[in-house]
Amino acid sequence: MKSVERYLLPVLTAMVLIALWHLAVIATGTNIFPSPAAVAKGIFHLAEKSLLWSYIGDSIMRVVFGYGAAVILGIPLGILLGWYPALGRLVNPVIQMLRPISPLAWMPLAVIWFGVSNVAPIFLIFLASLFPLLVAAMDGVRNVPPMFLQAGRNFGLSVPQLMRRVVFPAILPRLLVGLRIAFGIAWLVLVAAEMIAVDSGLGYLIIDSRNAGKRYDLVVGGMLLIGIIGLAFDTMFRRAERLARAE
Amino acid sequence: MKVRFSNINHHFGSTRVLDRIDLDVKEGEFVCILGPSGCGKSTLLNIVGGFVKPSEGEVRIDDEPVTGPDPRRIFVFQERGVFPWLDVEQNISFGLFKLPEGEQRRRIDHYVQMVGLKGFEHAYPRELSGGMKQRLEVARALAVNPDVLYLDEPFGALDSITRLQMRRELLRIWEAERKTILFVTHDIEESVQLADRVVVMSQRPARIQKIVPIDIPHPRDLSDPRYIALRDSIFGEIGLAHQV
Repeated sequence: MKSVERYLLPVLTAMVLIALWHLAVIATGTNIFPSPAAVAKGIFHLAEKSLLWSYIGDSIMRVVFGYGAAVILGIPLGILLGWYPALGRLVNPVIQMLRPISPLAWMPLAVIWFGVSNVAPIFLIFLASLFPLLVAAMDGVRNVPPMFLQAGRNFGLSVPQLMRRVVFPAILPRLLVGLRIAFGIAWLVLVAAEMIAVDSGLGYLIIDSRNAGKRYDLVVGGMLLIGIIGLAFDTMFRRAERLARAE
Repeated sequence: MKVRFSNINHHFGSTRVLDRIDLDVKEGEFVCILGPSGCGKSTLLNIVGGFVKPSEGEVRIDDEPVTGPDPRRIFVFQERGVFPWLDVEQNISFGLFKLPEGEQRRRIDHYVQMVGLKGFEHAYPRELSGGMKQRLEVARALAVNPDVLYLDEPFGALDSITRLQMRRELLRIWEAERKTILFVTHDIEESVQLADRVVVMSQRPARIQKIVPIDIPHPRDLSDPRYIALRDSIFGEIGLAHQV
């Protein structure tokens, strides 16, 4: 019963929505908005020409690089800023000022600096995911219960040992939430960046399908793919969080 | 003399917390430091533990000045001090990283047994009751074979029945291992049940108001006239009539 609820009900909801979508297209007689069947046909067509796979691959590659760089840089930096409160106080105003700027606002600069290339969207994704990760790591370290640190020092741990055996495991749950949120933002920014700065990827698919022939079947298809892939990643992150908690 | 406090003064900013504390603790002695909440007794424990440097004066242990925390002397918090990301065995072996594996194994098994956590070796703290977590923390401390234990209101968060059981457990362990114990509490009954000597602290700035030796052998009978007399003398010392 449990697994039926977990898997069957969402599938049922999706089927009902697709049916409603189909009926709505027929009822309104629109020739702009595509029917579900038309979207499926368009996407399959694209998949056959293997263009779809290279677009998906490009999009994921950009996220992996931009997000990966943010993880590699942001988490150690955040831990450092949390560990040395004076350093944190020094840098925090800059972080807090830069943080509310939408990564998309950097787009013109990114295009000037990096041109129409992979680097521009990667840079935007990097920026988008950097701040949530930085702040998650910094806050995490600041909120490690002092008695954990005290116990670690009492048992004779050096600072690197303390980092590895106490600080890191203590902030891990918060870090995993930060990783998931940062990824969500990165995925949102990716699509917008690809609409402007490059000529491949799922974001480009959407804008190109509209510009080059008003292929709204592919526009909607691209949107759905973005949603499905985003959901797949989000599920992965949630799994990891659950695993870490259940450890 | 195991632990010697000499003329400890301490202040946080302009607030005086400790006022000329002189105290000697013998090897293997169980000393309770008793005082009202916020009087500075925890600060005193943090000073002897090496976590806080006193504004004036010094603590010597085995005639060496205390300059920082030391694995020979372990601080036990309320049960929140166990690491939630480690299971029972991993918590107990936390401080054993310098020992060979066989010795680690031996100590884990010994202390799992001693604190009655057999069958829970692979349980995580969130699966344990408050009393079990407290015993786990005591086991983690004992596993590194320290010669002094500092306990900072260790049973404060437990329900009263568990608290009584924990006191008995602690006495049993103390009698088996004969560690020197400094035990901070605000509970008069607790101090009289446990300690060889009760150090009664005043309100802030805390000074030692009186030291009461508890000359009753363990196990102590809580209806013994001697127990009641000592308890009441401490109630009197703190300025409370023994009536609610």
